[in-house]
Amino acid sequence: MKEHSSHSHSASLPFWRKYIFSLDHKVIGVQYAVTGLLFLLFGFTLIMLIRWQLAYPGQPLPVIGHLFSEKMMVGGIMLPEFYNQLGAMHGTIMVFLGVVPLAVGGFGNYLVPLQIGAPDMAFPKLNMMSYWVYFMGGLIMLASFFLPEGAAQSGWTSYPPLANLASSGQTFWLLGMVFLITSSLLGSVNFIVTIAQLRADGLSFFRLPFFVWAQFITSFLLLLAFPPLEAAGVLQLMDRLAGTSFFMPSGLVVAGEQLAVSGGGNPVLWQHLFWFLAHPEVYVLILPAMGIVAEILACNTRKPIYGYRSMVYSVVAIGFLSFVVWAHHMFLTGMGTKMSGFFQITTMMISVPSVIILTALALSLWGGSIRFNTPMLFAIAFLPMFGIGGLTGLPLGLAASDVHLHDTYYVIGHFHYVVAPGTIFALFAGVYHWFPKVTGRKMSEVLGKIHFFFSLIFINGVFMPMFLMGLAGVSRRLYDPTQYAHAGSTQPLNVFVSICAWLLALAQIPFVLNFFGSLIFGKKVDRNPWEATTLEWAAPSPPPHGNFDEVPAVYRGPYEYSVPGQARDFWPQHMAKEN
Amino acid sequence: MNPASKFYGWGLPVDISTHGPEIDRLIHVLHVFMFLLFAGWFVFLVLALVRFRKRPGHAAVYKEQHFKTPTYVEVGVALFEIVLLFAFSIPLFYRIRNIPFPQQDALQVRVVAEQFAWNFHYPGSDGIFGQTKPSLMSPSNPVGLDRNSPNAADDITTINQLHVPVNRPVSVELASKDVIHSFAIPVLRVKQDVIPGTPSRVWFQAKQTGNFEIACAQLCGLGHYRMRGFIMIKTEDEYNNWLAKMTPVKPAPPAPAVTQGAT
Ligand code: HEM
Ligand SMILES: [Cu+2]
Ligand SMILES: [Cu+2]
Repeated sequence: MKEHSSHSHSASLPFWRKYIFSLDHKVIGVQYAVTGLLFLLFGFTLIMLIRWQLAYPGQPLPVIGHLFSEKMMVGGIMLPEFYNQLGAMHGTIMVFLGVVPLAVGGFGNYLVPLQIGAPDMAFPKLNMMSYWVYFMGGLIMLASFFLPEGAAQSGWTSYPPLANLASSGQTFWLLGMVFLITSSLLGSVNFIVTIAQLRADGLSFFRLPFFVWAQFITSFLLLLAFPPLEAAGVLQLMDRLAGTSFFMPSGLVVAGEQLAVSGGGNPVLWQHLFWFLAHPEVYVLILPAMGIVAEILACNTRKPIYGYRSMVYSVVAIGFLSFVVWAHHMFLTGMGTKMSGFFQITTMMISVPSVIILTALALSLWGGSIRFNTPMLFAIAFLPMFGIGGLTGLPLGLAASDVHLHDTYYVIGHFHYVVAPGTIFALFAGVYHWFPKVTGRKMSEVLGKIHFFFSLIFINGVFMPMFLMGLAGVSRRLYDPTQYAHAGSTQPLNVFVSICAWLLALAQIPFVLNFFGSLIFGKKVDRNPWEATTLEWAAPSPPPHGNFDEVPAVYRGPYEYSVPGQARDFWPQHMAKEN
Repeated sequence: MNPASKFYGWGLPVDISTHGPEIDRLIHVLHVFMFLLFAGWFVFLVLALVRFRKRPGHAAVYKEQHFKTPTYVEVGVALFEIVLLFAFSIPLFYRIRNIPFPQQDALQVRVVAEQFAWNFHYPGSDGIFGQTKPSLMSPSNPVGLDRNSPNAADDITTINQLHVPVNRPVSVELASKDVIHSFAIPVLRVKQDVIPGTPSRVWFQAKQTGNFEIACAQLCGLGHYRMRGFIMIKTEDEYNNWLAKMTPVKPAPPAPAVTQGAT
């Protein structure tokens, strides 16, 4: 790093204080991002195994099948125990250990202080603690695979009584979740205070980049929605370990034996507490992605975002509404028609601000001068892909059509369009876009475009057929769909999906090569290679400890591109005068 | 070839219930709407990308443009959602959930789900269910029927086979012994979670005879994937014959050893 006398105390720190137990938001951000990416890769690998079983049920997995222990595969043939573990852990890992840490912990930590012109987060020690608590949670989840009976296997939703009766993997799952939730709570408090308190001079709320707004609302969601799940997790832990019956009704007979529990509990209570978190959680997964896409669209269309203010109002509205839609996941639990009426109405209401944001992003293209670099391609693809995810939410949000589609592959298709070609594409866009800021080098455009086009094709090949399977009524979480005639009739689709999934995995190789190759061979760049306007580009690449060479002040909104009368087509927020 | 494949395919399976066509109509309307919206929007996207690509002599426009159409589309979508809610989904869900006929006109059946089977319990010719108790549940008496209780003598139980007459409403009471299951009959557009401790109810009326699948739609353990049952929809005569054949003629068999506490 270069010499910056004012903040140079970092230079004298030993290696482990500087890069491992660091207090610097950028190091913590990179730690989060790298850990998150590794977990995404791991969760993806788990589902690759599942895809073999789904395409060729009961056939031995070639080549690597015999590497697995007897408790996972016998003669290379996957056991249902292992299938259920893979399914539950894929969901858990992707959501809680992959996407959220990458989107909030990684991008949020790295970019928010830079974009608001702050030297660091408000509470650096809390920040470090939040990462290490997350790390512990991740270790516990991973360790659970090595338990005698393996990891959690009751789905990422862990519905009792099944989860209460499950083997010790579930206890680890609950403990892991307590750590992950605690980490998110620490992180979200930090973001809220940082954004509220540490904005540079002149950076009013309506001059914040949309990404910061998205992180701000996301933090409130995490802060307010996670505690009920943490409480629920502890209650389930008590049910499992201390003999309570919060979620266990009386009179259970399991495998012919009357269960010796005190009873009187209610399994539906868990579902309310779980979804009270898990619906806001989907907005936690999507809002940072929308923020990233907004930044990249503005920069590469060379014009302001269309309807910035209505986007901000929409994101705030989403924040509020996302707390009153949770029971649309529970239409078929037998709740009354009045209750379901209420939740159908709120669900349709929340679609309005989401549509406004998506429309505003798409309209932002109109009148631009569009550069098609790799981050922009991923950001553009986000729009129709998220669109499909959002639209297919309609039949699930209306209770009458949900009767047929609930708990089928239609649901899997729907939310994967939101999180995989939606959020994950936005996260890729973000990696390509900010890589030069973090490393001082650009990633390869050629490899990037190969990565993009193949990913786009294959990811649609993976998820589009799932809608047909869902319409056919195929239940999700089936170890062997061919056991049912109505599911077996869609089996050719399963083969097709699996092949696309494996090709999708191959399509990630250019990304991995590009990522590591560019660290060494990437073209060196200056502080503002994309000619962007927001504050992070005013800092050196990579930014030193303390971020800016001089404390920045802000003179205008975040997206002043192609302002008439200006010599250049971008007018950075921190420039006092014309450029 | 699987004989069932004429009922099942890629997309919605055949629909043989009286309420099902309304669900299908909603699903179709929704998908046409989604497709039109997506197509229009996609055309816009491609147009914008081509027309505003970076090229020599072309520059971006700073001024915020005012678009009327998107606002109209937005309002249109919101209005359409209101129609979907109040004209389709809410009343339809209400009709599906609330039994539209006097209870006594319907065939009454109880479902007791367990890992990994569907047990069915018919009240028999008197139309009244005998008592059941968890303490009596055993492999030979899966629903825990107390044969000595009043009205129990003529009760019928079956495993994984739900026999119903065609063209007659069936009212199904759902309970679970152990974990949450979900009672799904794809061809009847029936699905309802079966939650231990919280009985629930669904009804349907089949329009066609035949044998179809019952599936479990909620992960319930290792055998979730093979928790497969059958619904056998028969003509009224066939059904009555079956009923006559199944009705226990002799008084209740002596209670098995496990049940001695029940008297
Ligand atoms: C692109 C690669 C991905 C593929 C091929 C994939 C595939 C699948 C499949 C086939 C299932 C159903 C497994 C079953 O039968 O139990 C599933 C479940 C799930 N996936 Fe993914 N997935 C991918 C990415 C993601 C991402 C990025 C996320 C989240 C951020 C995610 C979250 C989940 C969750 C939460 C479930 C659980 C659904 C349930 O419990 O039924 N997946 N995935
Ligand atoms: Cu939801
Ligand atoms: Cu089941």
